[in-house]
Amino acid sequence: MSTAMAKSSTESDFSGLDYEDTELKLGLPGISRAAATELERKRGFSKTIDRSDNLTAESTDERASAVGKPPATKAQVVGWPPVRSFRKNALKSCTYVKVAVDGAPYLRKVHLEMYGGYQELLSALEEMFSCFAVRKLQGSTTNKGRRLVDQVNGVEYVPTYEDKDGDWMLVGDVPWKMFVASCERLRLMRSSEAINITPRAPPQVGSRAS
Amino acid sequence: MIEDDDQWWSPDNSTNPQPKPDAAAADPPPQTSSPSFDLVLENVLENVLCFLTSRHDRSAASLVCRSWFRAEAQTRVELFIGNCYAVSPARVIDRFPRIRAVVLKGKPRFADFNLVPIGWGAGFSPWVAAMAATYPWLEKICLKRMTVADADLFLLASSLPCFRDLCLICCDGLTTAGLAAVAENCRYIRSLDLIENDVEDDESEVVDWISRFPPGTTCLESLVFDCVGCAVNFEALEALVGRSPSLWRLRVNDHISVGRLCRLMSRAPQLTHLGTGSFSSFEEEGDFQNSLDSAFNTFKSLVCLSGFRDPVLEYLPAIYPVCANLTSLNFSYAIITPEQLSPIISSCHNLQTFWVLDAVGDEGLEMVAATCKKLRELRVFPLDATEDSEGYVSDIGLVAISEGCRKLQSILYFCQSMTNSAVVTMSKNCQDLVIFRLCIMGRHRPDHVTREPMDEGFGAIVKNCRKLTRLAVSGLLTDKAFSYIGKYGKSVRTLSVGFAGNSDLGLRYVLEGCPNLQKLEIRDCPFGDAGLVSGIHHYYNMRFFWMSSCKITLKGCNEVARRLPRMVVEVIRDQPEDNCDSVEKFYMYRSLDGPRNDAPSFVNIL
Repeated sequence: MSTAMAKSSTESDFSGLDYEDTELKLGLPGISRAAATELERKRGFSKTIDRSDNLTAESTDERASAVGKPPATKAQVVGWPPVRSFRKNALKSCTYVKVAVDGAPYLRKVHLEMYGGYQELLSALEEMFSCFAVRKLQGSTTNKGRRLVDQVNGVEYVPTYEDKDGDWMLVGDVPWKMFVASCERLRLMRSSEAINITPRAPPQVGSRAS
Repeated sequence: MIEDDDQWWSPDNSTNPQPKPDAAAADPPPQTSSPSFDLVLENVLENVLCFLTSRHDRSAASLVCRSWFRAEAQTRVELFIGNCYAVSPARVIDRFPRIRAVVLKGKPRFADFNLVPIGWGAGFSPWVAAMAATYPWLEKICLKRMTVADADLFLLASSLPCFRDLCLICCDGLTTAGLAAVAENCRYIRSLDLIENDVEDDESEVVDWISRFPPGTTCLESLVFDCVGCAVNFEALEALVGRSPSLWRLRVNDHISVGRLCRLMSRAPQLTHLGTGSFSSFEEEGDFQNSLDSAFNTFKSLVCLSGFRDPVLEYLPAIYPVCANLTSLNFSYAIITPEQLSPIISSCHNLQTFWVLDAVGDEGLEMVAATCKKLRELRVFPLDATEDSEGYVSDIGLVAISEGCRKLQSILYFCQSMTNSAVVTMSKNCQDLVIFRLCIMGRHRPDHVTREPMDEGFGAIVKNCRKLTRLAVSGLLTDKAFSYIGKYGKSVRTLSVGFAGNSDLGLRYVLEGCPNLQKLEIRDCPFGDAGLVSGIHHYYNMRFFWMSSCKITLKGCNEVARRLPRMVVEVIRDQPEDNCDSVEKFYMYRSLDGPRNDAPSFVNIL
């Protein structure tokens, strides 16, 4: 993980001058920020899956390539966004987990408390990685359960999660509340790689109907 | 929230760089008429002036002549001090002998975001010492961003027999011991409102302050303690509520479970303002659905609902019966989905104030727009206050609100992405806007559709919203945005800027163009000495000016300090070994009494 995720108070020690100087730009050194923005706009970035500007790229290159982005380091700036610590602390207890998709270069984050159950979570994931469509496999003995299928290339993904013990489990194995409490991160794994992850309970007919 | 401005100086709309004559310090003009005639006149005046309540009117009256100055001073009962360092306690008690209510504000607002080092100042002690000795009839104190020690509360409680209303907002330094002193000694206490203060005791030193309220029927009307970090004695609280027949506002902290909430509600069915605490059941046995349902069913007069700090969502439907009467609803700590919001908000036809988390999404905001036609104030807070968090609300939600809530006066909106078009739409639809605060959490983020700076959007706001007095900007902004603010923002009094602008021109536009600007807070912008100096003609009219992480140097600050002797110019260092020439944090304010004597070592007053 990027070390830049650590909260850094040194960011505010930089004067505005240093801040601009360290900002990645596409122009030659010394070019004004406004001109650099112009350049970046004219390049016409191709849209990625998510149309919004809100790419949660872990890789710093990804972030720098977006228009007008601040320095490559993703250090949190002191006091930004301007939310009082009283409020931040009150909401701290809510868990968000990172979602990775095999083969995609960026992560998303979800707040598990927002969803009432597995179906809602998977619908949200489907929307997030919008080229997928949820499909339930019928009749498969070893890989029964929920799948996400990439409509573009037909690749199947299995939602898996890492629990507090560091084990990778299939999403959907345990009661929802237990899952929320124990899930550390999510990964949409290619089916081909997921054969080593076995369901916790032996598959029962109709047990995973949504 | 009321936008206040103090007026020790009368507004100076001219370009005259000289400060207005300071009535408080001026020598009295020679008297030409006989003393007895003056006395009669003053007595008459006093009887008339006591009807003046607006402090702006009072300030104007006090400047007419010496006689009016004296009469006004004798009759002023409410004191508003927007910056505790603008004037000394000694001067205040000397001028105004009959004060009964005080509002006192301390630290700059950016202290809320950890930009002001601890120990900077704004202590209440010198004030309480002076006032406790001089104002025995003092009834009401409201403090914002002050450091209030328990000793201060002890002194206050023991010196002021008539004390009735204490309101502390964003203060620190106090513990439950101080609260206990107030509860115990202020026999006629009417309201004890603790709002977003830092009241964190050591586990071992928590005092049972609730038990200290006087026995028997109390005068208590308002008790707000949702920010108190430790649990309170519930039996004592229940008893207190039961013997407070005048209580109309009760906001409990998140240690109170739903079961206990129901018991409190049954003791106080007359409540109009309720803060529900956690709205969860902790380890309590049993199902509280029925109790909650019946509790809310009998609450006919409820107009303001808040709390929901960690709600059990299954219990939320209990509030349906009160929704139609609600004028204020604060869901800003509850993570709810649009589906959960829908049945609630669709009944809230009378809602005027709504605070919510962005987790409800654009969809949730569309619901608000569809129902809440009387909405005056909307605040959308981020569930995940980081720059790269998921954006649940966007330009879509903003447009929906602007189309549905035409009477909107105040908006605070956190989002990850925005468009100029949406902001322009809001500027046209919501002509009553007084407060517009948009926080695009990703720094320097442009319009996500056109990739252009957000200049045009904010420009439209200042141009179309003629009543706008408070503005907070964000996103990618060039100097053009500031030229718009300077050109059209003639009523703007408070401006908050971060990570914006290209050059000193941006700051100049604002300082030269906004004659009513009183509070300016800037962080991380490329504004330097040229911009700083361009405002010298105006600074005496301002309450304060904060700049941090910009490009100003000591040279510029020294020049301002030299040319404006009545300004206090503070340069605040984060680290002791900071480069001496660059100025990391700059805080400037006018003061009648010169530099303060309690500045810590990391503050350099020029």
